[in-house]
Amino acid sequence: MSALLEVDDLTITFRTAQGPVDVVDQLSFTLEQGASLGIVGESGSGKSMTSLAVMGLLPPTASLRGRVSLDGTDLTNLPESKVRRMRGDRMAMIFQDPLSSLNPYYTVGMQIEEAYRAHRAGVTRRQARKVAIEAMERVHIADASRRVDHYPHQFSGGMRQRVMIAMALSTEPDLLVADEPTTALDVTVQAQILDLLQEVRRETGTALILISHDLAVVSEIAEDVVVMRQGVAVEQAPAERLFSDPQHPYTRALLDAVPRIDDEIGELRGIDSVESAARVGGKP
Amino acid sequence: MSTTSTGAGTDTVAPAAASAPAAATAHSAEPLLRATDLVKEFAVPGTGGLLGRADTFRAVDGVSLEVRARETLALVGESGSGKSTTARLVARLADATSGEVVFDGEPVTRAKGERLRRFRSEVQVVFQDPYSSLNPRHTVERIVTAPLVYQGRKVPGGTTAFTQQLMERVGLDPDHHRRYPSQFSGGQAQRIGIARALAVSPRLVVCDEAVSALDVSVQAQIINLLRRLQREEGFSYLFIAHDLAVVRQIADRVAVMSKGRIVEQGGRDAVFDDPQHEYTRTLLSAVPRIRPEWERARREAAEARAAAPGETSAPEEGTTA
Repeated sequence: MSALLEVDDLTITFRTAQGPVDVVDQLSFTLEQGASLGIVGESGSGKSMTSLAVMGLLPPTASLRGRVSLDGTDLTNLPESKVRRMRGDRMAMIFQDPLSSLNPYYTVGMQIEEAYRAHRAGVTRRQARKVAIEAMERVHIADASRRVDHYPHQFSGGMRQRVMIAMALSTEPDLLVADEPTTALDVTVQAQILDLLQEVRRETGTALILISHDLAVVSEIAEDVVVMRQGVAVEQAPAERLFSDPQHPYTRALLDAVPRIDDEIGELRGIDSVESAARVGGKP
Repeated sequence: MSTTSTGAGTDTVAPAAASAPAAATAHSAEPLLRATDLVKEFAVPGTGGLLGRADTFRAVDGVSLEVRARETLALVGESGSGKSTTARLVARLADATSGEVVFDGEPVTRAKGERLRRFRSEVQVVFQDPYSSLNPRHTVERIVTAPLVYQGRKVPGGTTAFTQQLMERVGLDPDHHRRYPSQFSGGQAQRIGIARALAVSPRLVVCDEAVSALDVSVQAQIINLLRRLQREEGFSYLFIAHDLAVVRQIADRVAVMSKGRIVEQGGRDAVFDDPQHEYTRTLLSAVPRIRPEWERARREAAEARAAAPGETSAPEEGTTA
């Protein structure tokens, strides 16, 4: 059986006044059905652009080379109408800031229903509402049958992210892409959302791509990890190997720079060491 | 202690009279800053009117804390805990509803005019977002000397030389003294904010999430810088942060805030290793961690590499994916 998602030699180029810039450079990875992949990197590493490319959501100023295949279908050659049909149905995405992803004028129920009905022709209002309530229950929003009629501002940040996850899961997608899903949340709420993502994956078999700047978050969720730096995947490995025996100097430096809660490390390694390390192992 | 490069900046700026009581404070039991029973209430929008009083929300509800000379007190908590409001009250960026702040033995809660001005030269603030706390239309030179100008003080040694010295101390290229904030990276811009704080040789620096917006490798550098400057200058930090791992690296003592109150306060290792309050325990256990066995293996591998100098990074070039 072939992998659920295959990204092959993906290069994303932006046209700028200073000429073309490759924000992602020859990236390849595969994701099996139900698996989880973490893409970790600092700002400008290209991790978010990668997730947008997978979803077919790159801005028009970007051009793309390489292949992004879902179940063997190359999405990069598909007409937009077909990609749109797959997006939200076969694959869904959640973002860092749930408030800006939700429409303040509609109840969360209406928004989940709309997303669901867009992909399920012939579904009645009543059926969609039932799906919305079930989806909200699945992400542990208490009193879902009442909360379904509330507006986004009536939810806390963590609850809004739950609503987004409920919406993403309503169509039972094969792939969920989560771009910094907990970065804007308090640490106790973050822990709950990470637990929820794990639980959802276990129970629904949805594969997960987690984009994050936070190595510890990725280490808790991902089975495989890609470390990106300035558009290049400098290292990819199973989580255990990557965190216990990192090979690339940049990965090592990045792990050295992370402050640990269990220990005072003394002098932390900063970007100077990171940059010199990257030069050692960087592109020729 | 002060290095030669820092000497010119600090010695000329700090009036000789101020250093005597400073030395006295360090030796006596009196802390540099003492806040007692601080309360800050905000009116709830949409309540109250012609006849009724507005409902109030207590963002800070009876907070007492001390910052001793040369130490770092970290104030940690989640959003809405009141930690930033407490910092603003302490720095007199906002006025407390009640309670008292005593700085160096002198009450400053209601200080005005000259006394407030003096307090402002002793207490400086570094904010989270360097770009929004630096005027985009001003050069580094103008930004960094602004606190002195505001206080009507002469810039010692001339604006350019003074700026260049400060830039060197915070690890910026002194040749860039006429550049604008947008020409610097986030980490560099934060260094400008720190240089500005240092310009008046403060005795307390309030860091309000000063490293929260930075990439991890840059964050590590700024943490190192903050620690080095404290060693050199001997000032105190009130360090506001939500990231407990960062706090562990920089704090001497920790106060944990929740819903406007300090629920636990103590030495850093005591709070982290043996938390007494239920909320502290919840907070600490929620922090994501890399598995200890992975960390151990990684450290052992790194030590083995360091012990075998023959093995350089050359063979690793092939691992580039």
